Amino acid sequence: MKKVLFGLYNDDTELIDAIHGAKEAGLEIMDVYTPFPVHGLDDAMGLSESRLHQAGFVFGALGLLTALGVMSWVFTRDWPIVFGGKPYFSFPAFVPITFELTVLFSAVGMVITFYVVCGLGPSAEAKVLHDRITDDKFCLAFDTTNMSQGDVEKYAAFLSRSGAAETHTKTI
Amino acid sequence: MHHPVISPVREPLVQGRKSYHQITEDICSPTERVPSPAWVIGFLISAATAVFGIACFVITVWVGIGSWNLNRTIGWGWDITNFVWWIGIGHAGTLISAILLLFRQKWRTGVNRAAEAMTIFAVICAGMFPIFHMGRVWLVMFILPYPNTRGPLWVNFNSPLLWDVFAISTYFTVSLLFWYTGLVPDFATVRDRAKGIRKKVYSTLAMGWTGAAKHWQRHESLSLVLAGLATPLVLSVHTIVSFDFATSVIPGWHTTIFPPYFVAGAIFSGFAMVLTLMIITRKVLGLEEYITVGHIESMNKIIVLTGSIVGVAYLTELFIAWYSGYIYEQFAFYNRALGPYWWSYFGMMTCNVISPQFFWSKKLRRNIAFTFVLSIFINLGMWFERFVIIVTSLHRDYLPSSWNMYSPTWVEVGIFVGTLGIFFTLFLIFVRVAPVVAIAEIKHVLKSSGDQYTGTEADPKYKDYFIEKRNKGVDGIEHHDEAHH
Repeated sequence: MKKVLFGLYNDDTELIDAIHGAKEAGLEIMDVYTPFPVHGLDDAMGLSESRLHQAGFVFGALGLLTALGVMSWVFTRDWPIVFGGKPYFSFPAFVPITFELTVLFSAVGMVITFYVVCGLGPSAEAKVLHDRITDDKFCLAFDTTNMSQGDVEKYAAFLSRSGAAETHTKTI
Repeated sequence: MHHPVISPVREPLVQGRKSYHQITEDICSPTERVPSPAWVIGFLISAATAVFGIACFVITVWVGIGSWNLNRTIGWGWDITNFVWWIGIGHAGTLISAILLLFRQKWRTGVNRAAEAMTIFAVICAGMFPIFHMGRVWLVMFILPYPNTRGPLWVNFNSPLLWDVFAISTYFTVSLLFWYTGLVPDFATVRDRAKGIRKKVYSTLAMGWTGAAKHWQRHESLSLVLAGLATPLVLSVHTIVSFDFATSVIPGWHTTIFPPYFVAGAIFSGFAMVLTLMIITRKVLGLEEYITVGHIESMNKIIVLTGSIVGVAYLTELFIAWYSGYIYEQFAFYNRALGPYWWSYFGMMTCNVISPQFFWSKKLRRNIAFTFVLSIFINLGMWFERFVIIVTSLHRDYLPSSWNMYSPTWVEVGIFVGTLGIFFTLFLIFVRVAPVVAIAEIKHVLKSSGDQYTGTEADPKYKDYFIEKRNKGVDGIEHHDEAHH
């Protein structure tokens, strides 16, 4: 359980300014929640680039090798059949299925990776701080679980100073 | 040197001076209201049609393929015509959601969600035709490559029909994942407004989404790569569908022009279906400020482009048939245009080649009633195209003794009408339970596309800001309007 202090801003530009302000003031941000992907948020928070596309490449390569491997094995080793006088290993005819499986493995693998690394799933509990965050409020949250009363007041003062329209606390 | 993309003269994509909250209200409210009488009537008609279609499928399985009018000469009829027609319709959804994303076309945000839903439902309808055309549908697993007890015999990996199995199942899976992943944040929006049992249902659908910064970053990355994968995928699907024909030795089918011609035709027919659906949906759900006349005009521009490509392909086929000097090819095309099925060729030419040319006129592109009527014509024309390609090429083959004619039985017609019922039933359920417009994406483009920020009606304070930004250029140096090349 975490005790969270959070401020709700009415505009994404105010949120970005507040993040910069919090960093300058040396405040430790727990997370930021927004109703849509905000341009420039990654830079402001100093998030490193997502490596999801690398997972996509690995899964795609796996699909390519699976398709080529299985088709070659079936047609040259397991059950060779002559189709229209063509060689057993007829590579051009293997291209369409190889392509499709590359795409399939890559897409399915990436989507599964996405849900796993984000901890999302049908039974995942949404730790919603405020119902308007998925609507029109931009949320800057601080973890105050182990903070002294004085520190909490310092964080709360920062939120109101930086233009937060509302400030709340919630235990999630 | 480029100017910033924001332009005070660019037509706004979101009208009505929306705030973020108003967008949520407008798009979520159709899922929260009691259904309107129009929806209920539409749903009952669609569902009844779907049930009739399912009955026709049952008859087909019970009696066998003999309940259709296919014969020795004409082995593919309405079944494969409808299969190709439905698959083609699906292609517009992927074009809008994936290709237009890569091209940074912001107008896609208004229509992508519904178009992707249309793709998924169209592919469901399409898939049923080849499966039931197999006759012994209980042996459908024979199309899958698995080490079975018959040899072990394998499927023929060199056959375009098997490539189709892989292409269409991959296409369906990837489209479904792409669509659902886009829906997750919007389901969270609906969840956070809902109470009671709806809250439970949407909590499951939203997968625990909170809108955390890192999640959004990964979501964006995932969407972009899925778009990058879906783009060649959608081109490959109709290419492979065209291989079903092009790799055979039937005059009229055995042509290298088929892949690009089929892909263009697919996008052409798909956009017609998107327009048919969207013009009704925007009206019924009151989404005219999100799916604007500007959106309809953009889609009509794609219609005129792809329609013209299809027209050029028809003429190229005729030219090559003559130029090849190959009498069987020449006869196939003579027979298409002037043989007993001349009416289908005429319908195809009129609906697909002539009718989209009206959209060179801006006035007609922006006329909603005209667009709606024309979209129906194109849907019909593209159905005729597949009928022409399949039936007229088959019915008079190399041996005049086996020449034959074909007309469908009521069961075949019933199956086609039934898939229309299934399609509209699924679409009507979708508009009731899911946000029809991508809420988060519309909010994302609001500041560059809302009518308070851009266009001729823009708020003066934003207008000045953009003009100043434009004149300064991205590097902050004054450029004004001199040429930068």
